[in-house]
Amino acid sequence: MWKFIVKRLIAMVPVLLGVTLIIYLIMNMAPGDPAKVILGEQATPEQIAALREEMHLNDPVLIQYARYILNLLRGDMGTSYNSGLNCATEIFARFPNTLRLTVTAVSLSIILALPIGILAAVHQNSVFDGVSMFVALLGLSMPVFWLGMLLILLFSLRLGWLPSSGSEGFKSLVLPGVTLGFQHMAAIARVTRSSMLEVIRADYIRTARAKGVSENKVITKHALKNALIPTVTVIGIQFGGMLGGSVMTESVFAWPGIGRLMVQSINKRDIPMVLGCVIMFSVSFSIVNLIVDILYGFIDPRIKSQYK
Amino acid sequence: MSEKKYSVEIKDLCVEFKTDAGVVKALNDMELEIEEGKTLGLVGETGAGKTTTGLSILRLIPSPPGVITKGTIKLNGQNIFDISEAEMQKLRGKAVSMIFQDPMTSLNPVITVEEQIAEVIELHEDVNHAGAIQRAKEMLELVGIPGERGPEYPHQFSGGMKQRVVIAIALACSPALLIADEPTTALDVTIQAQVLEMMKGLKEKYKTSMMMITHDLGIVAEICDDVSVVYGGHVIEHGSLEDVFNYTRHPYTEGLFRSLPDLDNRTAKLRPIKGLMPDPTNLPEGCVFYPRCDYAMEICKTVKPKRVYRNETHYVECHLYDEQSVKDGGKIGK
Amino acid sequence: MSENKNTNVADLKQKYKKQSQFKEIFKRLLRNKSATAGAIVVILLLFMAIFADALHDYETQVIKQDIMNRLQSPSAEHWFGTDEMGRDIFARVCYGAKYSLLIGFTGAVTSLVLGIVLGAMAGFYGGKIDNIIMRFMDVLLAIPGTLLAIAIVASLGSSIRNLIIALSISGIPGMSRIVRSSVLTVKDQEYVEAARAIGANDRTIIFKHVLPNGMAPIIVQSTLRVASVILSAAGLSFLGLGVPAPHPEWGALLTNARAYIRDNSYMCLFPGLAIMITILSLNLLGDGLRDALDPKLK
Repeated sequence: MWKFIVKRLIAMVPVLLGVTLIIYLIMNMAPGDPAKVILGEQATPEQIAALREEMHLNDPVLIQYARYILNLLRGDMGTSYNSGLNCATEIFARFPNTLRLTVTAVSLSIILALPIGILAAVHQNSVFDGVSMFVALLGLSMPVFWLGMLLILLFSLRLGWLPSSGSEGFKSLVLPGVTLGFQHMAAIARVTRSSMLEVIRADYIRTARAKGVSENKVITKHALKNALIPTVTVIGIQFGGMLGGSVMTESVFAWPGIGRLMVQSINKRDIPMVLGCVIMFSVSFSIVNLIVDILYGFIDPRIKSQYK
Repeated sequence: MSEKKYSVEIKDLCVEFKTDAGVVKALNDMELEIEEGKTLGLVGETGAGKTTTGLSILRLIPSPPGVITKGTIKLNGQNIFDISEAEMQKLRGKAVSMIFQDPMTSLNPVITVEEQIAEVIELHEDVNHAGAIQRAKEMLELVGIPGERGPEYPHQFSGGMKQRVVIAIALACSPALLIADEPTTALDVTIQAQVLEMMKGLKEKYKTSMMMITHDLGIVAEICDDVSVVYGGHVIEHGSLEDVFNYTRHPYTEGLFRSLPDLDNRTAKLRPIKGLMPDPTNLPEGCVFYPRCDYAMEICKTVKPKRVYRNETHYVECHLYDEQSVKDGGKIGK
Repeated sequence: MSENKNTNVADLKQKYKKQSQFKEIFKRLLRNKSATAGAIVVILLLFMAIFADALHDYETQVIKQDIMNRLQSPSAEHWFGTDEMGRDIFARVCYGAKYSLLIGFTGAVTSLVLGIVLGAMAGFYGGKIDNIIMRFMDVLLAIPGTLLAIAIVASLGSSIRNLIIALSISGIPGMSRIVRSSVLTVKDQEYVEAARAIGANDRTIIFKHVLPNGMAPIIVQSTLRVASVILSAAGLSFLGLGVPAPHPEWGALLTNARAYIRDNSYMCLFPGLAIMITILSLNLLGDGLRDALDPKLK
């Protein structure tokens, strides 16, 4: 198993390098001169030229990129164009907040979605099934930020139960967490239901019943583990969407995470900060995908043998 | 007169399935019995209702869309429609077991084989988990698989070995009745022979009654004591192996034997039974076999034939025969 | 020339088979009530989008400011109320369909075309080409979808054109994967071998045999992709990175509405509803297409 993990970690490296390269190239396509942005309107052409030299902005793009990567490996994400602050410091200060929010959202969504999906499948075509799947479809069709606004409208402004911003304490985590997790929850409930339906029809379920296994145990012991396999896939895929959604959610709730930082930096054309944030997101995503792959190995013994 | 004891008796069983295409009448007044310790071959083409019969005995007909509209099934004298689901669960795997057709999909891919065998033992017998695993390993040995392979998963075994595991599960609690639904159809011919031999041996050892569902007359000849020929969800001829093979009466049974290729006469044309099985949503009014029968008569179209006995065990349902002609094989009017 | 005659008959048979296949699929789709409802709504929206300028005059109804009438709740005169500049929200929401559907369909079609090219090449030729293309797609996929679009728009600047470019690019990896797996499934079928045996060249095989038979998952994915693009576009506009003001794109309308959420909450309702109904209909249609194209998958 460890061999597999190490192999995957090594395989992640070229992918992450590719990611950083692409983002770097994209950000450098931006019109405008960074030196000008830093020095401001009053700068003289000489000052600008001097700063450009100092920042190595006249080197070929790939050399600049290589320098960036080397710095990155030392934990240096460069300096903000606007505030002069160290990007890495700012980003790592805020990253735990995003982590807190995302972990809450993922946990909430999985804990709620799995039972709902299973019950919907076991009681196919019942009222519960119809209603829950329709709500799930609505959830998938709603923009994340709109859901956030509606929740704020209801629970903060009208009912006053929960705060609409701030990040202290458990209460402030609820609305953002639900907002961020809702779409995820909807997708997982749907896929759990459909994979459960498929599994229930399988021959080996009939074998289990023929052995005299009670229906409850048939569902929990025999069907569930098999049904989880596609579900875990979707959890992984959807997580990427959730990272994008965290940007929206943090904006709506003024949550001090790297999503909000990224949006603020974009508006200020602060390229190193944006670069740093996107890279953090991508690394997180890759790690989550790795965790999903490892989980596969635990759930599906056919894949486990491939891992050995 | 000795009381014959029956492992299973089915009377007047009617099973329907509601589908988009209409109501499928899978079993129509199905009647069947198996004496203790004997093996019955349930023979017929695909779609005749053989699997449905097997599933009915386990009360595993999927309930929508399937409905048992009529009839009784007695297992060792007890009508299984009178008992609760919980009580039925106690019977499944213990009083009666079933082996299904496709070994590739019959085993749970994420549970080890010894666990799957141990499960049925733990459910029905008073052993702890470790004891059940031990028994499971013994069962594996019994079916010809090394006990050390118990902790492996189904995908690590070949088709023939998977089927042996399935058989091990079915026999683990020494059921009184074993229903085998085409257990060797999905296997290579050489493996078929091995598995059949093994089943014969186990049957001898445990004195299990068996229902062998098959369309292969060769297997019937190998292993069965009695034969019921099924067509359109109904038994149209029944008797001992000798009765049905040597004193074939029903035109359908005759057709089945005739469609076997003749090894002695390789160049002879194959003589299949003309036509196809009837549409189960729209069964004929009279004899079910009427549209395909070479000997069809006017009466066959509208009147269902009554049962006519040739001897104590052998009967046939066909308008060609009456009490007399059935004994000497002469067909009425021919 | 009997050969010609035979090919003509074969062609005719193929054509009729396709026609009756279409009819079958269409019938199956119609039987699915929610998919049909979704399709109807989508058609309505397309109508609203295409004829947006005819239905609402841009200058006078959509962007004209009327401070006297600002922040009015929904009424008989202004069905959805007015915004902070006195503009009729109903007109703005209806007109907004134009942006969403334009961006949605253009983005999806662009991803589709590029995805087909890349995916078909990768699946069909395999080997090194497959490797290079798929590794590149893996890298793109490692960047969470919306973020890639955000990065591109952040860099190039926010305009409708850049938005479409960004969203098209982020859809390419997903589409090319689906095309590739479709191609892989189909290319080993016997009719491809048969086509090769009569001397068809690669391009013919790809376009005439492989793609048409592998179309089903591609069609479904495209429909769902339109929904996804619209959702992302709304999100980016919400962040200020999409359609610039004063264009009444739905996401942008919600950004406006946010400032007034306390006292004029009606402003938040309608643009969001518009987005949700659009996405819902597209999702229902996509699901329905999936079931209609391959009922076995149900």
